[in-house]
Amino acid sequence: MIEIKHISKRFGEQTVLDNVSTVFENGKSNLIIGLSGAGKTVLLKCIVGLLAPDKGEVLYDGRNILKFNKKERLMLRREMGMLFQNAALFDSMSVLENVMFPLEMFSEKSYAEKLERARFCLERVNMLDAQDKSPEELSGGMQKRAAIARAIALEPKYLFCDEPNSGLDPQTSLIIDELIHSITTEYNITTIVNTHDMNSVMGIGDHITFLAGGRLEWQGNKDNILDSNNSLLNDFLFSSDLLRKVKERGNK
Amino acid sequence: MISLKSINTFGKYLILMHRTFARPDSLRMFFRQFMREIYQLGVSSIPIVLLISFFIGAVICIQMKLNIESAWMPKFTVGYATREILILEFSSTMMCLILSGKVGSNITSEIGTMRVTQQIDAMEIMGVNSANFLIFPKIAALITAIPTLVIFSMGAGIAGAYAIGLFTGIMIPADLTTGLQYEFSQWYVWCSIIKSLFFAFIISSVASFYGYNVEGGSIEVGKASTDSVVSCSVLILFADIILTQLLMQ
Repeated sequence: MIEIKHISKRFGEQTVLDNVSTVFENGKSNLIIGLSGAGKTVLLKCIVGLLAPDKGEVLYDGRNILKFNKKERLMLRREMGMLFQNAALFDSMSVLENVMFPLEMFSEKSYAEKLERARFCLERVNMLDAQDKSPEELSGGMQKRAAIARAIALEPKYLFCDEPNSGLDPQTSLIIDELIHSITTEYNITTIVNTHDMNSVMGIGDHITFLAGGRLEWQGNKDNILDSNNSLLNDFLFSSDLLRKVKERGNK
Repeated sequence: MISLKSINTFGKYLILMHRTFARPDSLRMFFRQFMREIYQLGVSSIPIVLLISFFIGAVICIQMKLNIESAWMPKFTVGYATREILILEFSSTMMCLILSGKVGSNITSEIGTMRVTQQIDAMEIMGVNSANFLIFPKIAALITAIPTLVIFSMGAGIAGAYAIGLFTGIMIPADLTTGLQYEFSQWYVWCSIIKSLFFAFIISSVASFYGYNVEGGSIEVGKASTDSVVSCSVLILFADIILTQLLMQ
């Protein structure tokens, strides 16, 4: 479980995050949603420790990351997996070598065991056939799946996904969402997904945090998000004409 | 203002070097990266080093023949002067200036692209010391490979000079051979190798610094590559003056 308490962050005169508090539970897909510039990426960076908030606490199962020394922070990072917006696979390595990378760096297992684990992770994301390919030979969706395999190689307790569906077609986006969700529930991982993809919201939103202008405006889940009376959330959800009309018809 | 910026940049460079020279998280991965860099930075540079050195050796020999040979000079002077130029300056300084273009821009663009495509962030999130993993093997590999390249350059340069004497008939090969062997000092070869070790460190560390600190996209990566080559060249020239003073006294 990850808990954030009263997180605030300013860049110069601009307040990017203003007193944000919430809880991200184990075994659930926790989504952070909001318009571009709402503070989602800054919040995610504060949570993973890439940025230090000006105020507040970030608790990983009760451990405050902001009070960690360098060594403790490094150890915590080995419990994390992260899926980047553009997959960020190492382009000098094959898909298998990418998944082997965290294992080779930190695992005490034998080479055969590491190889077995890497192949298991690739099998889990249905990428075993592409293990010898280099990242540039893969489609966007395959790159994301390979990146997920790399992220789960060290059996992380915490998984972070930054815009996992960015640049993907709707069908591939669904596959990635389902993959993230099934891995989260199967291994009881605390997963935080930063997105503005409405299909993800309605598909895997076990817990949804809506940010607007750096403030936490609404929290809930995919089952009650459409019933919300929060005008900012409704403006975000029904920003397209099509969805607005669907909603109006539904109300009738 | 400029000096303040320079101090700031130098401070950042020292901090990066402090992170770079740490104990590798995995020696096995370090050794694998090291071998990869030996091939990419060293072995792949051999053809260009041989080619340039051979032709420059030949041209220096022609220039010496045309410009310094006279009735008052011994005939072996051409070979002697050609050898000294090649060993003392060309094979170390000039070759490293050329390598700063080839190897330096390669290092900067590789690390810079990794930075802008978040590959370095991915390493940091995993808890990997990215500076140590990426930069340390490059520095170690170039420092290891450069003496070999310098010796290859000397050999190819002298072969080029000899080939001119042998095949064009501008001078008698025996005179050239005498000149090439006249008053040979082994220390000059060592001077060249010692200088090249410093130049290798400058090329690999400065080029890595520029790549590691890229912010933006492909245009910034290109600009960083250019800046890195310019900085490496200037630093090599300054270092050459100091090292030559220290080593040749």
